[in-house]
Amino acid sequence: MRTYLYMLMLCSAMVMQSQNCNYTLSGKIIDLHDDSVLPGATLIIAGLEKVVESDINGIYTFSNLCEGTYTIQISHPNCDTQAFKVKVSSDTKRNFKLEHHLEELNAITLRASIFGNKTKTNFEQKVTEQQLDRFSNGSLGDVLNTLSGVSSLNTGNTLVKPMINGLHSSRVVIMNNGVRMEDQEWGAEHAPSIDVNSIGNITLIKGAGALKYSGDAVGGIIVAEAAKVPVKDTIYGKTHVAAASNGRGGVITSTLTKSYVNGWYGSIQGSLKRFGDYEAPDYVLSNTGIFGRSIAARIGINRFDYGVEAYYSFFKNEIGILRASHIGGASDQVRSINSGIPLIIRDFTYDIDAPKQDVTHHLFKVRGFKNFKNLGKVTLQYDFQKNERLEFDVRRSSDDNDRASLDLALNSQTIRLDLDTNNSDLFNLKTGILAQYQKNVADPSTGVRRLIPDYERFNFGIYGVADFSITDNFLVEVGGRFDYFNIDAQKFYRSSFWEDRNYDVLFPELVVEVFGNQILTNPKLDYSNVSATVGTRYTFNDDYKLFANYSLASRAPNPSELFSEGLHHSASRIELGDLRFDSEIAHKVSVTLQKQGNTFGFSVNPYINFINDFMLIEPTEIRQTIRGNFQVWEYRQTNATLVGVDVDASLTFNDNWNFYHQFSMVKGYDETRDLPLIDMPPVSTMNGLVYQNKELKNLRVELRSEYTFRQNEFPDNNFEAFIPETSTLELVDVSTPPDAYHLLHLHTNADFSLSKNSTLNIGLSVSNIFDTNYRNYLNRLRYYADDLGRNFTINLKITY
Amino acid sequence: MKKFKISIITAIAITGTLFTSCSNDDDAAPAPVNEEEVITTLTVTLTPAGGGTAVTLQSRDLDGDGSDAPVITVSGDLAAGTTYNGTVVLLNETETPAENITTEVEEEDLEHQFFYTVGGSLNVTTANFNLDTAGNVLGTSFDVTTGAASTGTYTVTLRHEPTKPNTGLGDAGGETDISATFDVTIQ
Repeated sequence: MRTYLYMLMLCSAMVMQSQNCNYTLSGKIIDLHDDSVLPGATLIIAGLEKVVESDINGIYTFSNLCEGTYTIQISHPNCDTQAFKVKVSSDTKRNFKLEHHLEELNAITLRASIFGNKTKTNFEQKVTEQQLDRFSNGSLGDVLNTLSGVSSLNTGNTLVKPMINGLHSSRVVIMNNGVRMEDQEWGAEHAPSIDVNSIGNITLIKGAGALKYSGDAVGGIIVAEAAKVPVKDTIYGKTHVAAASNGRGGVITSTLTKSYVNGWYGSIQGSLKRFGDYEAPDYVLSNTGIFGRSIAARIGINRFDYGVEAYYSFFKNEIGILRASHIGGASDQVRSINSGIPLIIRDFTYDIDAPKQDVTHHLFKVRGFKNFKNLGKVTLQYDFQKNERLEFDVRRSSDDNDRASLDLALNSQTIRLDLDTNNSDLFNLKTGILAQYQKNVADPSTGVRRLIPDYERFNFGIYGVADFSITDNFLVEVGGRFDYFNIDAQKFYRSSFWEDRNYDVLFPELVVEVFGNQILTNPKLDYSNVSATVGTRYTFNDDYKLFANYSLASRAPNPSELFSEGLHHSASRIELGDLRFDSEIAHKVSVTLQKQGNTFGFSVNPYINFINDFMLIEPTEIRQTIRGNFQVWEYRQTNATLVGVDVDASLTFNDNWNFYHQFSMVKGYDETRDLPLIDMPPVSTMNGLVYQNKELKNLRVELRSEYTFRQNEFPDNNFEAFIPETSTLELVDVSTPPDAYHLLHLHTNADFSLSKNSTLNIGLSVSNIFDTNYRNYLNRLRYYADDLGRNFTINLKITY
Repeated sequence: MKKFKISIITAIAITGTLFTSCSNDDDAAPAPVNEEEVITTLTVTLTPAGGGTAVTLQSRDLDGDGSDAPVITVSGDLAAGTTYNGTVVLLNETETPAENITTEVEEEDLEHQFFYTVGGSLNVTTANFNLDTAGNVLGTSFDVTTGAASTGTYTVTLRHEPTKPNTGLGDAGGETDISATFDVTIQ
C-alpha cells in the first residue's frame, strides 16, 4: 500500500514537472489607502517556501512557477500580515493591496521619497514629516523653497508665498487635507493660512495635471496632508520646541493621537509661535514680529471598506510688516531706496504695530468614503472655510491705529463627490463633481474704500481622469475638467475712474445708484473654463523613468485683477483692475527623466508654458495726487511664455556620506511687448553635503549652500519723480534687481532614547553662517531693507 | 456599514441646511464708504501783515487717489518786500460737512510737521512757525517774507512721524501725507 502511495506521489510529481514551470508571477504591493507603493514587503508562497521581497518601486517577481493555485502570504513591517490566493496558468500580473499602518512612532525615514500618486504622468516631489520638522518655526513657503523649481514671493521674511516655476498667488492651488484653501490667495502679500506643524507630508505637482483638485492651477498644486493614523490600539504624540536667536522667539507645538484596532481614531494638535523683530546683519528690522496660533483636531473611523472623518482647524497669524516700508509716494520712495538702510530703525521689541496683518482661518471638513466591490471608492466631502483678513495701515491719527484699513471675510462652502475605480493597473478612472458657494464681505466701518468689493461666487465643476497601462512599462493618462464660475459683485467705483475707463459707455446697465463721486455697480460675470491633461510614463528598466505631460489650464480672473482700484500702501502704488478680462489659458508641456538608484539618482525636468491672456500688472503712468506722485500699475492681458528647467541629483558615497544638488532656472517673456516678465525667480542652485550615522545616535549633519544669481532679465519700470526739496526730477529705481548672493547653512540633529517608547531628538542649526548682507529680488521689501542675518536655532522634539 | 450610511446621511443633511441657510442672505445694497483718511483740500492763506487782500494757494483733489489730478489755484501774485501771516487748512471734502483735518494735526502735533520749500528763483523766506507742545516746529501758522520780484515754486509738505527737531525735509524722515507745489510770482 505504502509503495503504491509513493509511486503515485512520484508520478504526480513527474506529471507536475512535465507541466510548464516557467511562469512568472509579478506585480506591485500597494497601500490600500492611497495607492502608494510599498517597498520591503516579504512575500512567501505557502508550501513552496519561495521568498521574495518587493523592491523600491513595490515590485515583486516570482519566477519558475508551475500552473496551479498558490497561497501567498505577504508581510510588511507596518502592515498586518495577509494571505492571498492566486491562480497561475500563464505569466501572471497581480497587484496586492495591503492595509498599511504607517509606523509614525519613532519612524526614521532618511531619504525623501520621490514617488507620487496624485497624478500618474506628472513628476511629483514630496516633503516628508522629518523634513517638515526642521521647519517648525518657518512657514509653508519656507519648506517648499527647498524644492527645485519652487521659489517664493516674500513680503519681509514671514509672509512667504510659494511660487512654482515662476508663477504664484491664484496660479498656485493649495490643498489642505483634501480641501482647496480659499484664503484670499489672490493677494501677492497674502501668505497661505496653514501651520506647517499641522502637516504630515506635502506633495508638489508642477503644472495643472491633477485635475481632481482644480483646473486652474497654471503654476502648480501643493497637496498638504495630515499624518496617517495606524489602525491599532495605541496612543502616541510628539512635542516640539524650537527657539531661535534671530527674532528672539520660538515655537511650541504638540500632537496627540489615539487610535483603536477597530478603526476609530482621534488626533489633536496645537501650536504657538512668537517672534519679535527680526534682524538683518546690520540693523533691527523694526516691526517684523509674528504671533501665530493654530489648533487642529480630527476624529474618524477608518475601516478596510469604509471610513468617515471630521476635521477642524483654526489658524491665526498676526504679522508685523516692516515699518519703513509704509511710505507716502514717489518722493518717499526715492528717499527710502537711496538711503540703503531702512528709514525707520528702532530698538528690538516684541510689539507688533501697524502696518500689520491679522489673519484668521477656520476650516471644517467632513468626509466619508466607501469601497464598492464593482465600482471602486466613492468619497463624499463637505467643507466650510471662513477666512478673515484684517490689514492695519499707519493712520494719520495714532489713536486710530487699532482700526483695520482692510477688513474682508470670505466664507466658502464646497460639496464634492468623487469616484476612484481603484482598478488593477490596466485601467483606472477617477471622476467627480463639485459645487462651491462663496461670499465675500468687506466691512465698511474701516473708513477706507473697499479694496475688494462684496461678492458672491458660485462654482460648479466636473472632472474625469483615466489611465491605461498599455504595456508593463508604458502608461497613458488622459483627463478633462469643466468649471463654471459665476460672480455677482457689488462694487463702488469712483465716478472719475468709471468715466476714465469708458465704463459709462460700455456698461451703463451695471449702475445701481450714484452716491456723490462714487457709483454703486452690480457686475455679474460668467466664466466657463475647460482644462485637460494628456500624459505618459515610460519605464526603461527599473532605474529610468520618463514622464511626459501636456496640460491645458484655464483660470478665471481673480477679484483683484477684476476690481482693484486704489492706492496700495505696502507697494506705494495705485493698482487698477479691469472688468473686461477673460480667463487666461495655459498650455504647458513638461518632460522629466528620472533615474533612481542606490548610489546615484537624478531628475531633469525641462518645461515650457504658453499662457494666452496672461494677466499681469505693470506701470502705466505717474499720477498726481494731493499726497504727491504715485506710480499707477494697471492689470493687462498678454500672451506670455515661460520656459525653464529643474534639476535634482543625489550621490551616495557610502552609508554615511551623501551629496545632493539642485538647480532651477526659469525665463518668462511677454510675447506681445517682447519684454521679460517681472518678478521671475533668478537662477538658483543648492548643494548639500550630508553625514549620517545610524550607530551614533542617528546623528545627521548637513551643510547646505544656496547660491542665487542676479536676475538679468527684467522689465524697466523706473520712473522720474519731482522732489520738492531739491526742485529736481529724480529717477525712482524700482526695477534693478539686487546682486547675486551666497548663503551657507548648517543643520545637525541626533536622537536620544529616553525610554522604550520615547525619543528625544535634539537639533542645532545655523542659517546664514557668515551673516551675509543680501537682498532677494522676490522680496517686495527689498527696496527698504536687507534680508535676515545669522540665526541660531535649537530644536527639541520628544516623541512618545 | 450602517454607521457609514448614517454618517453619510447626516453629512448630507448638515450640508443641505448650511447651503440653504447661506443662500437666504438678502441682497441689500452695501453702504458706500466715505474715505476718512483722505485729505482732499489744502489751502494756504497768506494775509499781508500790514493789511490788504490775502493771497490763497489751494490744491483740491476731490477723488483722492482717483484718476483726476488735483486742481491747483493761486489767487494772485505776492507783492515784493512784504511780510505775510500764513495759515494752512486741510479739509476732507468727501464728507458732508467737510471735515477739518488741521485740528486733528494740531491735536497730534508731536507726530506732524509742515514744511515750506522754495524752488526756482522765488525769493521768499518762511519763518516764525508755530510750535508743538515739545517746542519743535509744527508749522500750521507761519510768516512769509518776500524779497525782490521773482518767480518759482512753493511746495507745502506735511510729514507724518518726522524726526523732530530737524533742519528741513532732507533729514526729517517720516511719511509724506501731503505734497502740493504752487507756481508763485512776486511782483
